[in-house]
Order: sequence, then structure tokens, then C-alpha cells
Amino acid sequence: MALKTDKIVSPKREVETTGHEWDGLAELNNPLPKWWLYIFAACIVVALVQMLLYPSIPGITGYWHGLLGYSTRAGVERDVKALVAERAVSMDRIAALPIADVVRDPGLLQVANTSGHITFANNCQPCHGAGGAGAPGYPALAAGAWIWGGKLEDIELTLIHGIRSGDADARMSAMPHFGADAILSPAEIQTVADHVATLYGIAGAAPSAKGAELFAANCAACHGEAGEGNRSVGAPALKSRVHLYGDTRAAIVAQVTNPRQGVMPFWNTRLDPATIKSVAIYVHGLGGGE
Amino acid sequence: MTDASITYMAPHQLSTRLAPVYNEAIVRKFTIATMFWGIVAFLVGCTIAAELCWPGLSMGISYLNFGRLRPVHTSAAIFAFGGNALFATSLYVVQRTCRARLFGGAALAEFLFWGYNFFIVMAALSYVMGFSRSQEYSEPPWHVTIFLVIVWVCYAVVFVGTLLRREEPHIYVANWFYLAFILTVAILVLVNNAAVPVSLYSSHAYVAYGGVQNALIQWWYGHNAVGFFLTAAFLGMMYYFIPKQANRPVYSYRLSIVHFWSLIFMYIWAGPHHLHYTSLPDWTQTLGMAFSIMLWMPSWGGMINGLMTLSGAWDKLRTDPALRFSVTAVGFYGMSTFEGPVMSVRDVNALAHYTDWVIGHVHSGALGWVAFISFGAIYYLVPVLWNRTGLYSKKLVAWHYWIATLGIVFYMTSMWVAGIMQGLMWRAYDKFGFLQYSFVESVNAVHPYYIIRLMGGLMFLVGALIMVFNLVMTVRSRTTEEFARTSQDYPDAVMAGE
Repeated sequence: MALKTDKIVSPKREVETTGHEWDGLAELNNPLPKWWLYIFAACIVVALVQMLLYPSIPGITGYWHGLLGYSTRAGVERDVKALVAERAVSMDRIAALPIADVVRDPGLLQVANTSGHITFANNCQPCHGAGGAGAPGYPALAAGAWIWGGKLEDIELTLIHGIRSGDADARMSAMPHFGADAILSPAEIQTVADHVATLYGIAGAAPSAKGAELFAANCAACHGEAGEGNRSVGAPALKSRVHLYGDTRAAIVAQVTNPRQGVMPFWNTRLDPATIKSVAIYVHGLGGGE
Repeated sequence: MTDASITYMAPHQLSTRLAPVYNEAIVRKFTIATMFWGIVAFLVGCTIAAELCWPGLSMGISYLNFGRLRPVHTSAAIFAFGGNALFATSLYVVQRTCRARLFGGAALAEFLFWGYNFFIVMAALSYVMGFSRSQEYSEPPWHVTIFLVIVWVCYAVVFVGTLLRREEPHIYVANWFYLAFILTVAILVLVNNAAVPVSLYSSHAYVAYGGVQNALIQWWYGHNAVGFFLTAAFLGMMYYFIPKQANRPVYSYRLSIVHFWSLIFMYIWAGPHHLHYTSLPDWTQTLGMAFSIMLWMPSWGGMINGLMTLSGAWDKLRTDPALRFSVTAVGFYGMSTFEGPVMSVRDVNALAHYTDWVIGHVHSGALGWVAFISFGAIYYLVPVLWNRTGLYSKKLVAWHYWIATLGIVFYMTSMWVAGIMQGLMWRAYDKFGFLQYSFVESVNAVHPYYIIRLMGGLMFLVGALIMVFNLVMTVRSRTTEEFARTSQDYPDAVMAGE
């Protein structure tokens, strides 16, 4: 090394510095710690073994596939296949049986509820709430206020094709835009809203003969003379305690003027028939099933 | 190596050697900016941690939305707080250890400060207003990035220029690390940001790479932002300030050479471990994992050199709470650089990936290593830079130390538990072969740990506020003229505090 006029030595081991100095700093010339060197070497060996066993070094047209024949893609396919086979024991029977027969078999019912619960929690719960409690604008499934029907088969059909979902066989209903399309005048809407508010059971509603007349002419065809609703066309019961878009008179006026028409997705492309049946059975069992 | 014109002198002779007048004004500015952005980063971090506990907190205000504030937090922590700390210390260290004034004069140094901080403000405003490239740690829109590149090239010119005009025959180890950081970050930013803008007037740009190539380049960038920005550069800081604070020579020159080159060589290949079990080819994943495993000891070389430098000076930990920050930082560094290779192993990653374990890992590095080594350096620097006899209160430093350390422990342990729990819940199947838990159940399960994490973050913030108070009081205290003259050659007097 270069000219050394002085050395700083480590008090314990008498190791010399390199002889350089920067802003009062110096460096001892201790050797590499043995354990550090050995572990470093061991890590390199482990890494090389990994590279030998698993796909690693790339070439021009391919890559080293490794001694173990490992492939994440093949691994996933294997795992998924095994899982499907495990589920198939029950799910194949659920798929084959009509839904009403599935619930009669206690073993299948248990599997369906298990599958239905987790599928519901991961797919349906964001809108319909935990346990089907519902949210403003999203039907409460546990309440039993069904618009399209609450039998197992009804729920299954809704799940398969959805509502206003774009599926060819989707359940479709379209309440006219009475205000937006000027079918009724604003004053008439207020009058008919009073009538509907009575059906809702809103305290202080002031029904009139004119309101009843407007209701009979414009609404009764779908919602029924007494507002009892009609599931075959998806017309909600008005004479009910549960209303999708709000329970106030203002909500009635808004809905008559420019109705909201929510969308429920179709699931036939995302879930297999057995899983859809399971979800239907789970939903049916939430408290509102018929 | 023999050069007759240069004479080497022992420390006791040093005072006879006249040092040039260093540009410390710029270091003071960067130091103030470091603390300012540190508080911003910790505050925004606590805000988004709270939003994770109570999602309604953003009150529907888009500017406070988690998705917009998160990059503000990460960029403020890494690039604003960490970046300003690196500018401050690198420009200080390179002058001292080269016995040379900054190349390019005061004006270029001023441009570095205002330019870099202007970049940070522009980037943060972009995120808050909803402009982002949506690539982690690489979010700034293209025109902001171009401005950063200009600033960064000037930084390289100043740093390399100063190295070239050095009076010392050799380049001190800290400067190797700083130089590796400056050069590599330049390359990383340029390559990862390659894109074709939609128009001059639009922030949108098409990335030059498609699909999985884009992902690979992104994580080559992301991982080496950790490797060169948050590891190599802060090792540079460690190599100057720990020997200074301990007043001991660096433990092993040989180790510093071997671990420097092995770290630099290994790190650059390890990025693919961020993309295990994705569409990235298996062979690339394996290579990323293999290099991550090999990276363990090169990383630990820095820890050994940091800790062993203290041999013969361990007693200083009792009397110097600022040194405690630096040494604890090295401890956290060792822990997270062991945790990293472990998490990079494919089977471990199958459990850890996408969980809060990763968040905990990042923060043991960011809070424990990056922030603590910076705190240690700044506690040392402020009295030197402002010519004060010592810090306003050592007791407050000790309070800061314990509050922040405890905060980190809360943060890390809660995220370990939350992360491993998430990983286990996501992969649990019931006896019929269906998922045992829904995603939302795993969200519910980690809620208490998110609150503990927030507590840890708040403690870290409180500690930093104590530090700011302490530093402000230090600067406001009386100047000692004698100290100003002697401090350059006996900086240890600073910490003695008289």
C-alpha cells in the first residue's frame, strides 16, 4: 500500500487500517468473517440447485425445464382438477337433480348450503348484504318481498338469467317513465302518489277519488287493483312494508316520474348449474323463501 | 499507488490540514426538506391507515380517496423524505470525504434542491388530482418524469464532478454506494418510463412494453428502487455516519468491497420474485428467486460492517441516543434483508403474496432501516450544519427513539399476524372442497390489526414531531463560535454536547 505514516489499530485484534483517511474516517483491514463467507457460498449452492431443479436458464428458442418437470400452469391445472373431482361427489348429483329434489336429500342440502354460502359471500353479498339483509336499491332477500318470486325455481331462474341483465332470457320489466315521458302531468303524479302512499301505509297520506282513478288507469294493469303486485311481469307489490327504492312519499314521486330500473347480473356464464342451484337453495333458506 | 505529492496523516495531525469551505447551505436546505416531507409522509400514512380501518373517512372527497393518497404516501416516504435525506447526506459526505467543494458551484446545487422538490410537489399534486401511470413507485405522468430526469442528470454531474476533483487519492466507500444509487436509479427510471405520450397536452402515454413484459420491467424497476434507492444509498449514509458517531474506523475494508460488488450484481436480477405465480414464465420466476437467496449475505455484509464498527465503542450507545437510531437501523436492515429472501421463495410467497405481510416487510425496511438511519444522520448533522454545541435535548432524542421503536414493533407484528392470517384464510378449504372463508371475512378478521397498525404509525409520527421540535430548538439555541471552527475536524465534540 501507499505511504503510511501512522496506523490506527483495532484494540483487540491488532488489525491494521488500510492507511487511508477521509475526513477523520479510516478502515480496518479485517478479513471477511468466515461464517459470512460460508453462508454466502451455501446460498449460491442452494440457488444453483434451485436452478438445476426448476425451469431456469433461458436459451434462444427455449429454456432449461429443470429436473423436476415443474410447471406452475400444470400445477394449477392439477389442483383445480383434484378440487373439481372432490366436489363432484355431491355437485354432480346436485346438477342432475331438479332443485326441489336436492333440498329433500339432507346430505346434498348440506353441501348446497356450504357451497351456496361461500359463493353468495364472494359474489352476491357486495349488493345484497351479509345474510341477504339488502341495501337501498338492492333487494333484501331475507325479507321475503319477492318481485319475481321466492320459490326455489324462481330464485334459480333469476340467478341463471338475471334481471335486465342483457342475457337473452333475462327477466325484463320496464315501468313507464310517467313524468319523464309526459304520460302524466306533475300534478297528476302528486295525486297518484298520495294514493300509492296510502297503499304503502304512510301516515297522513291523503287519498282522493282522482288518485284512485289515475291508479286504476295507469298502474293497476301491472301492480294490481289493490297494489298487490304481479310477479309474472315483475311488478312489485305496493301494498307492502318493503320497497326497493325507498318508503317515503318523495321516493314514490321520484319512482313514478323517472323510475330506477336496477340490474341483476346473469350468472350462467360464471357459475356452473350445480353452484347456481346451491346459491338458490342458500338464498331460499335465508328467511324469505317460499 | 505511490504518489509523492500526497502525504497521509493520522487523525491527530489532521487539524493542520486546511479544509476547503464546503457548500453546507445546500445540505441545510435538504435537511429541512427531509424533515418536512418526513412529517408529510408519516401523516398521510396514518391517514390512509385510518381509512383502511374506517373506509368512510374519506367522506366521498375524491382528493382524500385511498387510491389517490396511497401513492402520495409512498412517494413522500421514499422519494421526498428518503430522497431529500440522500441528497443532504450524499452532498455532505462527498464534499467531506473528497476534501472538495461541490462541482458545478452553488447555482447548480440550488437547482438540485428546488428542482427535486418541485418534482415532488408536481408528482404529489398529480396523484391527488387523479393523474397517475398506475405503476407502483413509478406513478408520475411523463412530463413530470422528464423533469425529474433533468434534475437527476444534474445530480450525477455534481456528484461525479466532485469525486473527480477530490483531493483524497481514494474514493471513500460511502461514495461508491451513493454513486451506484445515482447511476442505477437513472437507468431504472429511464427504462421503466419509456412511453409514447398521447399528445403534448395530455398526461396519458402508452407504455413501451405490453403485458407481462411491462410487469417484468415494472418490478425490475420496483425491486431495484428498493435495492438502490432504499438499500445501497442508505448504506452509503451508514458508512459515513456510524463510524463518525462511534468515532471508530470501519470494521473491514475487504468486506465492504466484496459486499458492495456482490450486492450490486445480485440485486439487479431479483425483481421477478414480485411476480411469482403470475403469467411470467416459470424460468424467470426461478431466476428471480435464486438471485434473491444469493442476495442475503451481500446484504448482511453491510450490517456486519455497521455493527462491528462499534466494537470497542458499544458504551457510546448509552450516552448517545442518536447513535442508537443508527445502530437499531442496521438491526432492522439485517432483519428485513433476511425476511426478503425468505419471502422470495416460491412456496413462502404462495402464502405471503398479496397479504399484509408484504406491507409489514416494506415498513420494517422503511421505518426501521431507512427512517432510523436518516434520523441518526440528521441528529448528527443539524448541530454540525448550524454550528451548535449539541442537540437541544438528548432526553427528547431518547423519547423519540423509544416511541418510534415501539411504533415499528406494533406495526410489524400486527402486519405479520394480519398477513399470515389472510394468507391462511384465503387458502382454507372445507371438507366438501369449498373455500372456508369469503374475502370479506378475511377483511373483517384483520380489522383489529389494522387499528394496531394505525397506532404504531401514529407513534412513529409523534416521535418524528418530537424530533422536529428538538431540531428547531437546537437551531434556535445560541451559536458557539469556537465550536464552529473546531467542528470540522472534531465533529465528535458535537455529540459530546458539553
